[in-house]
Amino acid sequence: MANMTRQQAEDFLYAEAALLDGWELDEWLALLTDDAVYRVPSNDKPISDPKDTLFTIADDIHRIRARVTRLKDKNAHAEFPPSRTRRMISNVRILAQDAHAIKIEANFIVHRFRRNESVRQYVGQYRYVLRVERGGFRIAVREAIIDAMELGSLSSVSFIL
Amino acid sequence: MSELREQAWVINQPEAMHFAVNRATLVDPQVLEFERRRIFDTCWIYVGHESEVRAPGDFRTRTVCGRPLIFCRDSSNTVRVYLNTCRHRGAMVCREAEGNAKHFTCFYHGWTYDRDGALYGLPGQSAYPPNFNRADFALKEPPRVASYRGFVFLNFDAGAMPLDDYLAGAKEYIDLIIDQSPSGEMEVIPGAQEYDIRANWKLLVENSFDDYHLLSTHSTWLNYLKNSGVEMKRPEQGHMLPAHGVGKVLGNGHAVIDNVNFRGRPVARWIPIYGEAAKPEIERIRAELVARLGEARAARVADTNRNLVVFPNLVLNDGSSVTIRTFHPLAPDHMQVRACALGPKEESATARAVRLDSFLTFYGPGGFATPDDIEALEAVQTGVSSYREIPWSVMTRGMAKEGEQLNTDELHLREFWIQWDKLMRIPRGD
Repeated sequence: MANMTRQQAEDFLYAEAALLDGWELDEWLALLTDDAVYRVPSNDKPISDPKDTLFTIADDIHRIRARVTRLKDKNAHAEFPPSRTRRMISNVRILAQDAHAIKIEANFIVHRFRRNESVRQYVGQYRYVLRVERGGFRIAVREAIIDAMELGSLSSVSFIL
Repeated sequence: MSELREQAWVINQPEAMHFAVNRATLVDPQVLEFERRRIFDTCWIYVGHESEVRAPGDFRTRTVCGRPLIFCRDSSNTVRVYLNTCRHRGAMVCREAEGNAKHFTCFYHGWTYDRDGALYGLPGQSAYPPNFNRADFALKEPPRVASYRGFVFLNFDAGAMPLDDYLAGAKEYIDLIIDQSPSGEMEVIPGAQEYDIRANWKLLVENSFDDYHLLSTHSTWLNYLKNSGVEMKRPEQGHMLPAHGVGKVLGNGHAVIDNVNFRGRPVARWIPIYGEAAKPEIERIRAELVARLGEARAARVADTNRNLVVFPNLVLNDGSSVTIRTFHPLAPDHMQVRACALGPKEESATARAVRLDSFLTFYGPGGFATPDDIEALEAVQTGVSSYREIPWSVMTRGMAKEGEQLNTDELHLREFWIQWDKLMRIPRGD
């Protein structure tokens, strides 16, 4: 057993949220395993495999790093100036854990502010698989499943959701 | 209406080498009302792809030109389009996004229609007068529905020209997409990207085949390709991009950019982003293309990438993947976009995975390029709020050239606007 408690899980997710809301993206990358994946499925197929279904985001670790490189570039116009985001995480549950991996689900609301637009709200569920590596908990799988039937008023998902 | 006719929306003066678009066309609510009647209700509008409904009773609901529709297969497996409204008092008869139905029931008063649209269930029919005839109350279809190589279109104008004539030169480019499939059958892959953009719908038409913006808007995507080992040649003389590309007009407002590929294609040009493991598969696809089509046609299919606009609102991007993108205005400054991926029906699991992965490198609301396009369109929409002070946008790139027009010129954009202007000047009972 990795012996992660719910409080540890919450602390971990809150700390990650603070890094993302603070645009501390290199520090965020350090939370990932070397084979991490980050996925946002299409709204109409929330439970599916990016090998046979079109996703909105299906990054392996190389593309996650490329995504961060892009987001740090002023020419990533969709995020320059960067959006202000504020994420609320709740209903954190540890679904399973063994010696190596911990499976966690949590609900999220991410508020995104950009220029003078009204706020955009992304509501959904996070699904994580964490592993114990390099002396701490690391993210191996990070999925953000958006509840909206369509991205409706959400425009792009150009920041890390 | 008279006001609209007197107002110049598009200035097209080839001799003076002048072309400009009035920015009010992006802002004015009255323009959108005329567009709905004079463009969206008179042109062939894309509904869906035949592969999205396969068996009798399969259906998808979607909104096209502001009308809720059921796109489905009837009892004889023919593709049908019904207006999704009960003939009684108007409620939608199908409220699910997709599925298979034996019948469509309006839950409000219980009227029930079969897959062929016939009204067969009617609670308490005896209360209707003797002149009530069920046959008069079948689900209504749009005046015209037709398909070309799997792409299904409707037309709300009963007198419209046949789809085949309408598509004109665009057919050649649709054929090039279909030729990727050994069986001649392409299918829509599950998973739709639906998103909105706070901008006028015509800005997405322009953006979808405007290669002039590639270097400045998408430098982070080009850097990603470069950092991933994709070879970028220096542009030839007079060009802006690493490969040669031209803009062409195809009739009835359709136009295309037709480019020598540098960015990799799941059919059938490998780039390092696809991974070493996928290399033999891409080579096998290439060999099949050559065996079936011959060297020249295979090279045409595999080594060029093309962004096709079928007037007014269908974009087929045959680039990093094949994208079907269609969009509808909700307001002058707001549109809804729907995009999905198209692939050969018999594609292997490896090739399918490469195709989808390649799609996401560029396209979609989480891609490395589309979000910056969305930002560009929204920046334009905000910027043109001062249309009274600065009424005109210039669109003259390439006008002084004899012969070939490049993908970074604006011939193809002008073609869209010329057709738009022509249709907007024909009253349609509005």
